[in-house]
Amino acid sequence: MADAGRTVEAVARTQYGRLLAFLSSAFGNVDEAEDALGESLLAALTSWPNDGVPKNPGAWLLTVARHRLIDGARRTGVRHEHADAIRALAAEPATSATVGDMFPDRRVELMFVCAHPAIDPSLHAPLMLQTVLGLDAARIAQACLVAPATMGQRLVRAKRKIRGAGIPFQVPPAPELPPRLDAVLEAIYGAYGLGRDDTEGTDTGGRDLMDEAIWLARVVRERLPDEPEVRGLLSLMLFCDARRAAGRSRDGRYLPLSEQDPAVWSAPEIQEAEAELAEAARFGRCGRFQLEAAIQSVHVDRARTGRTDWGAIVMFYDQLVHVAPTLGARVARAAAVAEASGPADGLALLDALGSPAVATYQPYWAVRAHLLRSLDRLSEAAAAYDRAIGLTEDPAVRRFLLDRRS
Amino acid sequence: MRYVMLIYETPADFEARGPSVREPYVAAWRAYYRALVDAGVFAGGGAPLEDTATATTIQMKDGRRHVQDGPFAETKEQLGGFMILDVASIDAALEWAARCPAAATGAVEVRPMAVAMHATITTP
Repeated sequence: MADAGRTVEAVARTQYGRLLAFLSSAFGNVDEAEDALGESLLAALTSWPNDGVPKNPGAWLLTVARHRLIDGARRTGVRHEHADAIRALAAEPATSATVGDMFPDRRVELMFVCAHPAIDPSLHAPLMLQTVLGLDAARIAQACLVAPATMGQRLVRAKRKIRGAGIPFQVPPAPELPPRLDAVLEAIYGAYGLGRDDTEGTDTGGRDLMDEAIWLARVVRERLPDEPEVRGLLSLMLFCDARRAAGRSRDGRYLPLSEQDPAVWSAPEIQEAEAELAEAARFGRCGRFQLEAAIQSVHVDRARTGRTDWGAIVMFYDQLVHVAPTLGARVARAAAVAEASGPADGLALLDALGSPAVATYQPYWAVRAHLLRSLDRLSEAAAAYDRAIGLTEDPAVRRFLLDRRS
Repeated sequence: MRYVMLIYETPADFEARGPSVREPYVAAWRAYYRALVDAGVFAGGGAPLEDTATATTIQMKDGRRHVQDGPFAETKEQLGGFMILDVASIDAALEWAARCPAAATGAVEVRPMAVAMHATITTP
């Protein structure tokens, strides 16, 4: 019965995160819950083809995993603080109700654990991808440009820390919520960025991290509908996603935003992005992601008006660098100022950055080269193009810059 | 930390090594080399190897010389050169490796230098 194998896969795909979030929050322990869930998936692969697929596959998986966890805890001697959790797990009946009815959705709690300040920020996104989405370490390693074994070790250490440090599985109470939520949103946006690096100029193959990141944001929005920055992030990612197909010509050449055909942009995604941004604005609490989404909103307005309102974009960037003065935002602001009031003004802003991090920041050199070329400072432009080319990973972007340089 | 990037190129890469900087592969390499130097991470190597037709491989087997035409390993991608990087971590080394023009067509292998062994064999 090949169907049973596919069913296991489909259940794992749709319910893995919910099952793991529930098991690990009940146990205060992600790695053992992962092992138990993995074992129950394996058991399903051997049992379902013979005995048939159970009526409620999720409940079946949960019951098996729960028993593994309880057996494991009994063998090793139950730690006192989890005694209640284990009793609760053991008592919970495996009814034929839908999985959704049977146990609470703790995925957002799990995301707060993954993005906890005690965990290395560079591992927030990888942890979420592994625990909430069930991606394997090797897949995550590809996107993060890390050796698979190294990523595996880092994730194991982080999960040990979750248990060792006793990180609580909860949505933080109000006073702590804003910074903790920021970290969760950062991680989701980080996952989106990993997807972008992952797929640019290549076959995507397998699960698409950008879609997964958008899905994570939807999960958080459902749980925290009154947090405008969640909607801001969702809006931002939808805007970027709407333009995804337009970033390459039919023959695979890279197309910068200014050369993209708005007809190729996805109208339904833009519509949803606009709606989320409008909804976020009703709360009157602006933030970094809402500002970035607003900038994208102005960009896509070109589909309607045929022009780009650079003045509005500069205004949003001014606010953005005030609340989140990242290098990326400051370089993008310089590029926007150049469009609004001339390349010399943009270049002056780049000159004033004074950050050593620009040395290896590709967008800085790409913008700089473009502005120097506009100012007819050709030899300086060539040197800046070279620097940008040397820092580029994507062969299509490299080709684009090589063409511009010559 | 010092890492070596072993740069494996395809036959097409070797052919694309024309004498003109207008050749995109060569221009990409020029830019890459400059970026490494300007970022202060370039620590040696960098001279490309002639193509594998020029290679000769020597082995001593049972005290006898074995001389072979061509490279040691018969693979499609062949060693085309190496560069030494001085960077803070393997993560940084891999980031540079991903930017290497040969990574898009061939492969770039990153290995840490065996510093302790180097010290042992170079100490008088």
